[in-house]
Amino acid sequence: MTADPWANLKQFTDARIGLGRSGSAMPTHEVLNFALSHAMARDAVTTPIDWNPIEKGLADLGLATLRISSATSDRSEYLRRPDLGRKLSDHSREALMRAAEMESGRPDLVVLVGDGLSSMAVAANTIPYLAALLPHVTKSGWKLSPILLADDARVALGDESGEILGSKAVLVLIGERPGLSSPDSLGVYITFSPRVGLKDADRNCISNVRQRGLSYEEAAFKTSWLLREAFRRGLSGVNLKDESQFLIEGHKGSELIG
Amino acid sequence: MYRVHAGGTTYTFSSLKELLAKATPPRSGDVLAGVAAKSAAENVAAKMALADVPLKQFLNEAIIPYEQDDVTRLIIDSHDATAFAPVSHMTVGEFRDWLLSEKATPQKVSALAPGLTPEMIAAVSKIMRNQDLVLGAKKAHVITKFRDTIGLPGHMSARLQPNHPTDDKKGIAASMVDGLMYGCGDAVIGINPASDNIGAITDLLVMMDDVIRRFEIPTQSCVLTHVTTTIDAIAKGAPVDLVFQSIGGTEGVNSSFGVTLAHLKEGRDAALSLKRGTVGDNCMYFETGQGSALSADAHHGCDQQTLETRAYAVARQFKPLLVNTVVGFIGPEYLYNGKEIIRAGLEDHFCGKLLGLPMGCDICYTNHAEADQDDMDILLMMLGAAGVNFIMGIPGADDIMLNYQSTSFHDALYVREALGLKRAPEFDAWLTKIGVTDASGHLAPHRPGNPLLSHAQALAA
Repeated sequence: MTADPWANLKQFTDARIGLGRSGSAMPTHEVLNFALSHAMARDAVTTPIDWNPIEKGLADLGLATLRISSATSDRSEYLRRPDLGRKLSDHSREALMRAAEMESGRPDLVVLVGDGLSSMAVAANTIPYLAALLPHVTKSGWKLSPILLADDARVALGDESGEILGSKAVLVLIGERPGLSSPDSLGVYITFSPRVGLKDADRNCISNVRQRGLSYEEAAFKTSWLLREAFRRGLSGVNLKDESQFLIEGHKGSELIG
Repeated sequence: MYRVHAGGTTYTFSSLKELLAKATPPRSGDVLAGVAAKSAAENVAAKMALADVPLKQFLNEAIIPYEQDDVTRLIIDSHDATAFAPVSHMTVGEFRDWLLSEKATPQKVSALAPGLTPEMIAAVSKIMRNQDLVLGAKKAHVITKFRDTIGLPGHMSARLQPNHPTDDKKGIAASMVDGLMYGCGDAVIGINPASDNIGAITDLLVMMDDVIRRFEIPTQSCVLTHVTTTIDAIAKGAPVDLVFQSIGGTEGVNSSFGVTLAHLKEGRDAALSLKRGTVGDNCMYFETGQGSALSADAHHGCDQQTLETRAYAVARQFKPLLVNTVVGFIGPEYLYNGKEIIRAGLEDHFCGKLLGLPMGCDICYTNHAEADQDDMDILLMMLGAAGVNFIMGIPGADDIMLNYQSTSFHDALYVREALGLKRAPEFDAWLTKIGVTDASGHLAPHRPGNPLLSHAQALAA
């Protein structure tokens, strides 16, 4: 194997530099390291989510849950047909309609947790993120409906769900497309006045929520800032810029970010 | 109305648009759009019907109306009847036979480009096997120049793609050293920036320009940001070599990218005015990819491969240095697995080359596609054999900014070794001069006098 004398440049980037070579090929351990990263990312996409521990964690936080699913029939169809992943199954639509009838008054916020493209992300990050968000919800006095746990979900599944429940806004927590070095990244999407037919431009997104990415406290702070602004201005999406970092910087160490 | 009798059934297709869509080899994006053939037999029947369509018919029947779409207008208005004349009497099937015959010399094939419309080439590609797409493309030589010469037969270049998730300049510089030491970067050193802020973009342009001038590298740089941002950067005096833009095959998809044909002309004129090329003035870099029009809800019921070829009609108006089909980036709802990605990469390269474009390919996939590096090895090998102008070079094939997998610096070495492909001659001579490669173009043992190694040491200090 030929080593690369500039391998100390690795200190400046996570890129796979200074790998060395075996002839024209990558050295054995680098080929296998890459294969392992890819295998973990693939597993994050294909492993079905186990909602039981998440339900238990949410119960510990005092939150009720309701399981729903999109209109796709299996994981392969989910990957091929994003249109079906954005629609509720008939069974889930009826369940949400019944839930809406039983509720007294409209919720301010529907939280939908969807497996998306990484069950690993949802399993790892849902509870700590929501635990960080709850104090903001309580402080603002927002009324929550039961947390929706959705199989084979795309982000827009929140639009139909929020519309049926008559919510002012929907918060979708979803597993992001896994990267080779970040198979467990959670995305958080905020949509004001959810209804079928909205576009990506109508939402705000907070990306890369995970232990080694954006911290739960910071993500929760950004979420509550965006929600408050969305309620105040009656919109979300490209016309609502996330300026919360100025507040975070201004309040470093304060109770706002815990 | 198009009709064919096959396997005891009569199939009819109401329009050229429907026929093209149903004749396309299967892929998830056409199913998602609802335009794919309903059965394997209908798919082949459509190919049979398509093979009998005269090429002239494509000049009479637009798949998107002339009045509704500026790309259609561009295709019709720029068609060169004289260049078309040698094949104007042929059907799609006869054109395939001619193209693969000894009569179709590289000279004749290359001269044909202005006479061919994207839809004609899309049609013939649909009735070709993968091996036909290789040999057909190999006959179309497209050579472009800025500070080096790209696309010579027997040569293949590589884009050095030193991306970093926060545009950290030391991180980018580290990946640049790595790529150059592996002999990559003769197509372009091109960064996908995390920021679209003009100050940040300018910083990256200045940084790459410094490296290129300091080490006298016969290559060009590019920051892949929106054309209007690059125009602003040029106006503010930034050192811009190539103007980048993503483009698609309908007016609607281009509009979703926030770009018009007028923007592209303005961008090219601005870059030309800087006169920064030394051996040529091809100064545009375009990226495309099947599925973009459907993704933008601007597909007009057409199949994604035909629309991709129409993007090439846009590109060829602006004499680009590089056109890159980013084939597997879009995801499995458009190209589901390795087989579909390989097919699409070969189609895009063939169609682009036949239309006269300097085609490269980002041989790539995302983690939710049913694909892996073994699939990329197959596409890389076939594109190398087909004479692809350039591929990507990314540290370890792992883009930590865009979160997808492409080809590595090592992959470029592999295909050079397997097929004997050389780098752009000016760049090759430079690598030998500074001691990265030996006289045969192979990587040389590391020498202390190599200025890039000293640069690496200085970076780390």
